[in-house]
Amino acid sequence: MTDASFTGLVRLRDDASSDAPAVTVDSFAEQSNAGAVRIEPGDDTRELLPHLGHVTRVEINFPSFTDGRGYSAAQILREAGYTGEIRAVGDVAVDQLAYMRRCGFDAFQPDKPMNEADVEAAFARWDHVYQKTTDARVPIWGLRHGLNDNAGADG
Amino acid sequence: MYKYDQYDQRQVDTRVEEFRDQTRRRLSGELPEEKFRPLRLMNGLYLQLHAYMLRVAVPYGTLSGAQMHALADIAEKYDRGYGHFTTRQNIQYNWIKLEDAPEILADLAKVEMHAIQTSGNCIRNISSDHFAGAAADELIDPRPYAELMRQWSSFHPEFSYLPRKFKICVIASDTDRAAMRLHDIGIQIVRNDAGELGAAFYVGGGMGRTPMIAPCINDFVPLDRLITYAEACLRVYNRYGRRDNKYKARIKILVHELGAEEYTRQVEEEYAHMLEQGVEPPFAELERIKTYFADPPFESGLSSDVDRSDSDFALWVDRNTHQHKADGYVSAVISLKPVGGIPGDASVEQMHLMADLASEFSLDECRVMHTQNIVLPHVKIADLPALFARLDAAGLSTPNLDQIDDIIACPGLDYCSLANARSIPVAQKISERFAASGKGNELGQLKLKISGCINACGHHHAGHIGILGVDRKGTENYQLLLGGSEAEDTSLAKITGPGFDEDGIVAAVETVTDVYLAQRSDGERFLDTYRRIGMAPFKEALYD
Repeated sequence: MTDASFTGLVRLRDDASSDAPAVTVDSFAEQSNAGAVRIEPGDDTRELLPHLGHVTRVEINFPSFTDGRGYSAAQILREAGYTGEIRAVGDVAVDQLAYMRRCGFDAFQPDKPMNEADVEAAFARWDHVYQKTTDARVPIWGLRHGLNDNAGADG
Repeated sequence: MYKYDQYDQRQVDTRVEEFRDQTRRRLSGELPEEKFRPLRLMNGLYLQLHAYMLRVAVPYGTLSGAQMHALADIAEKYDRGYGHFTTRQNIQYNWIKLEDAPEILADLAKVEMHAIQTSGNCIRNISSDHFAGAAADELIDPRPYAELMRQWSSFHPEFSYLPRKFKICVIASDTDRAAMRLHDIGIQIVRNDAGELGAAFYVGGGMGRTPMIAPCINDFVPLDRLITYAEACLRVYNRYGRRDNKYKARIKILVHELGAEEYTRQVEEEYAHMLEQGVEPPFAELERIKTYFADPPFESGLSSDVDRSDSDFALWVDRNTHQHKADGYVSAVISLKPVGGIPGDASVEQMHLMADLASEFSLDECRVMHTQNIVLPHVKIADLPALFARLDAAGLSTPNLDQIDDIIACPGLDYCSLANARSIPVAQKISERFAASGKGNELGQLKLKISGCINACGHHHAGHIGILGVDRKGTENYQLLLGGSEAEDTSLAKITGPGFDEDGIVAAVETVTDVYLAQRSDGERFLDTYRRIGMAPFKEALYD
């Protein structure tokens, strides 16, 4: 494949990307006017929830892609109503994208650039899902029982 | 039996496509092994000592005749003519080529099967009672709940990179035939005083190097909250389970370190939050699944009499059949433990035969038991002589259910890259020794379980007699354990003392059975005698 193109940042949002530097969860406690914050696997995401007013970007770091705490962190942010960007950073690859998106991630900045065609395939692959998560997709059980719009699944 | 609809089929087909793509990228070198490894594990593919091993999921152990035929075809086409049934009610193939794996998954998808999450740090295949839907003593068939959880846990986006593997078991009988309390989550469907069904959650059990019996953290979760409660249990684990040391990463360690009370408090808090997220499928979905598990058309007015004049047949009936809820039927166990054989192995021919027998004699159903045998769940008592004759002709009529030679054994050092010692030859020698002396017949129920390393795949902690293979200065050494049980009287076996070499462990097993025979009271099993008289008399006979 000679025409493969690679990309550093994949972003599924229409709003402008903020370039505010991300602060750690610890320093965020002292400067809660920061526009971006970075969550490490050991951080308690729920401590951030009362202070997300100014935050336009939350980065969730994956030092290793096998450490799945970041998936719960993203879900917790979305469940709390956070609508800003959630960006997966670190050891992230195309094989994790579909699940990450289901947990509320809408931007991906892996250490190693991803093949764009693979990224597209990863997002297009799963026609259906079994679980209700924060991504508002109607699970298979919803389709089976006539809940074929998002409001129905939520109601 | 459950049948896939268009959605289930599409999910499994999509997984085949995804894995085909991942395998292609691996074979081209685009995907390095360390990135590929967790992905292949989540599709049941292990790299063993000699080749890849593929573990195929048999959800709650239930198979149709056509599915058993398909498993035989895979053994013939891609393996060396046999398969190995496992303690997770699954089947493993030991001689698989990586490039064949996507094709095998495609073959499985054609019969509504898969290898999804049979390995890796994710929610594994859901296990259940092998007599589900047949046992006279069950409250309700537990499999619809297991199927609901199968779908919920498949491709779970939040819980696919857990600290460690996660095993769930669902039963619905006070008699535990599935080692429920030795699972990460064990669920027992129960009825409360108001007559409603609910789920008792036992969390934090397991074997491995630190065996634990799961405490009950909630004795009645309403059935329309089953998934929500499980989500809460998993989320607390995913966030707080240890990731610094893989040997301390199972949920049992978290529950133990926090204490069951504190873990429960955190789960209940998360549960209250999850109830607002709408993650629970509607009750109609459970009802939909239940229709697939409605009783098959049992005939009424059947006779329960059978000609027992053939003593081999009569012994097999006494040992290998189990009481059925419908008059005139039994569940019949096909032993995969012939004397001197490899526990749990079945040849292509045997698998095809078992598939045919399931169709002819058991309303097209068979089950994999966690003890590595096969059940025909719904056999007319009147058909037993014909069934026995067919089994006998194929070497599948060993009358040893729950006898000393019905041994659970892991693949051990013959196959497994984790093992310290061989398990299979020890099992073979023990069964041969007790068959030759005839002593096996005097012992009654005696569950013997062998693991080739501390990871305990052979359930040695839960054996009435357990054997653990270890590496002692470069030679295989075997520790003897006594007093374990995986049943409703769950207990963990204790080590007798210094280990033995291969011949020594076989002799030691005979020694402890001699102590039992000399000391037992009327009607006592080995386990009962051990519990009454304690370890001392056994130690004395072994070491003095």
